[in-house]
Amino acid sequence: MKKIAIQIDDLKREFRMGDEIVHALRGVSFTIEEGEFVTIMGTSGSGKSTMLNTLGCLDQPTSGSYKIDGVSVKELDKNQLAKIRNEKIGFVFQSYNLLPRTTALENVELPLLYNSSVSTEERRERALEALDKVGLSERLHHTPSQLSGGQQQRVAIARSLVNNPIVLLADEATGNLDTRTSYEIIALFQELNRQGKTIIFVTHEPDIASFSTRTIVLKDGQIIKDEKNTNIKDAKEELAAIPNED
Amino acid sequence: MRILNLLKISFKAIILNKVRALLTMLGVIIGVASVIAMLAIGEGSKQSIKTQISNMGSNMITIRPYAERKAGVRLDRSEMQSLTLDDYEKIASEASLLTYVSPQVDGNGQVINGAENWPSSIYGVNTDYLAIKVWEIENGSMFTDAEVASAAKVAVIGQTVVENVFTNGEDPVGKMIRFNNIPFMVIGVLAEKGENTFGQDQDDVVLAPYTTVQKRILAIDYLQSIIASAVSEDQSADAVTEVTKIMDEAHGLQSGATADYEVRSMEELISTFSATSEMLTVLLVAIASISLLIGGIGIMNIMYVSVKERTREIGLRLAVGAKGADILMQFLIEAILISITGGIIGVVLGLSTTFIIETVLHWPTSVTASSIIISFAVCAVTGIFFGWYPARKAAALDPIAAMRYE
Repeated sequence: MKKIAIQIDDLKREFRMGDEIVHALRGVSFTIEEGEFVTIMGTSGSGKSTMLNTLGCLDQPTSGSYKIDGVSVKELDKNQLAKIRNEKIGFVFQSYNLLPRTTALENVELPLLYNSSVSTEERRERALEALDKVGLSERLHHTPSQLSGGQQQRVAIARSLVNNPIVLLADEATGNLDTRTSYEIIALFQELNRQGKTIIFVTHEPDIASFSTRTIVLKDGQIIKDEKNTNIKDAKEELAAIPNED
Repeated sequence: MRILNLLKISFKAIILNKVRALLTMLGVIIGVASVIAMLAIGEGSKQSIKTQISNMGSNMITIRPYAERKAGVRLDRSEMQSLTLDDYEKIASEASLLTYVSPQVDGNGQVINGAENWPSSIYGVNTDYLAIKVWEIENGSMFTDAEVASAAKVAVIGQTVVENVFTNGEDPVGKMIRFNNIPFMVIGVLAEKGENTFGQDQDDVVLAPYTTVQKRILAIDYLQSIIASAVSEDQSADAVTEVTKIMDEAHGLQSGATADYEVRSMEELISTFSATSEMLTVLLVAIASISLLIGGIGIMNIMYVSVKERTREIGLRLAVGAKGADILMQFLIEAILISITGGIIGVVLGLSTTFIIETVLHWPTSVTASSIIISFAVCAVTGIFFGWYPARKAAALDPIAAMRYE
């Protein structure tokens, strides 16, 4: 049996908006094993952003349990949550969120700066390795403004890999990219997944789900569909099928 | 290790915004520089007043007649005849806190040497006078006690007198001059002393035995004043009390009766002048401190804007594992780095400004180590104090909201 990366049980999250209580998540349960590529889908207001924030340890659930890598998150304080984010989670955002006027290498090193057990040499080494994985070894000293959108997202992916996380959390990671570049990025995720990385991809675009191994659909804070994909498409093949516009 | 990383991050943030950091520093630079320059000017003028007063003899005590009223008219001090030689002798023999005592009588007149003449003042004193005034003989010698006793017609003259009546550069010692037609033999020339605090030329003087001046020039048998020096500047207040007691006794004064004399020490003068220049210094420093304060507010202002501007960056840092404390430290270190760098530049600028003031304007200045340390410490504290609020604001950001901030 495979190791369990994430386990959530009857997770609820309520927000207070004035006098009203908004139920963003109304009791969600699922388990994600190591090596899965899960797409979490849903329309806006379905609770997927709240789901992502909770999974990313950026937000605490109102009730229910959440375990990442066997650690129960519910009892942790802010600083312990920061440590979990630093060591067990890699984020990839829609708008890349790279530091401006800072080289790709330094951007990738960033998470390790907040981990005092990593030495300067090790930090550099791991950043180089991560950038190599995303195919940007040639662009180490370029700043974000000197990189294309796709390249910026690759830097962001390298940054999310650098701390060897339990899970990669991608939030609409292809949302700002054109179709072709989107496929390239998805191909990269598939490649990482094949190497054993657990990936959770939150999106509202249905066609991305077909590249993942499992799809969870949220609606009004509840899971309405959770199934393994049988016919997984290969992003590289799709890419080849798109006529080159240039 | 962690602090080192944070230091690196903060340093980088400053480097990325060089111009802005420099502009932020400007307030601190000007503040620190002006505090140092102002303190140097204040301290310099205080010291120059002190030196001038101590050149006059800072432990000097003067006993003069107190101008009393006679039939409703307040008399001129010089008309008063309440100080006598007996008073002098009593003080000289009884006072234990005085080192030197000299009677003093003075008058104005014309110094004549051949065809040259010059209006000057003659001071009749004894041999202690030079020690009291902290004065030296440049050429020749002072008259002796024997010459005082015999009312010898000898004189010691100041540089201004020399310049004006010995115009062809000859040596005045051994020459005869006349003061109000009384012939005096010049036996010594005083060292140059310059102007005193009040702009009076101290070298325009003729010294002679007080006996001679009393008999030959003024034809009086009383004293116009008695001057003395206390054993030390610190003890001059006690010496004043002691002299007052002796004088009260000598004049048979009951306690509470109006004295016909007064005793003054230079200490009063010094404290008056020091108080004035001190007040001036406080005023200057207060103005300079305001610019330091404004510099601090400048830091807060920029840091605050910087936190707003970098909200997304802060959100990202929090997301990848920075703790609130890390963010707080990052911005605090940034503020401190800016203010300390500004402080260093300010110290350099303040020192060079002081140097320029001294060389170009010829104002007396004196830079004290404490002024540098204090202004530097103040600007470090300014950095912490004014950096704290924006830094806390940054640390308290919610990572989710911060990342979505547009």
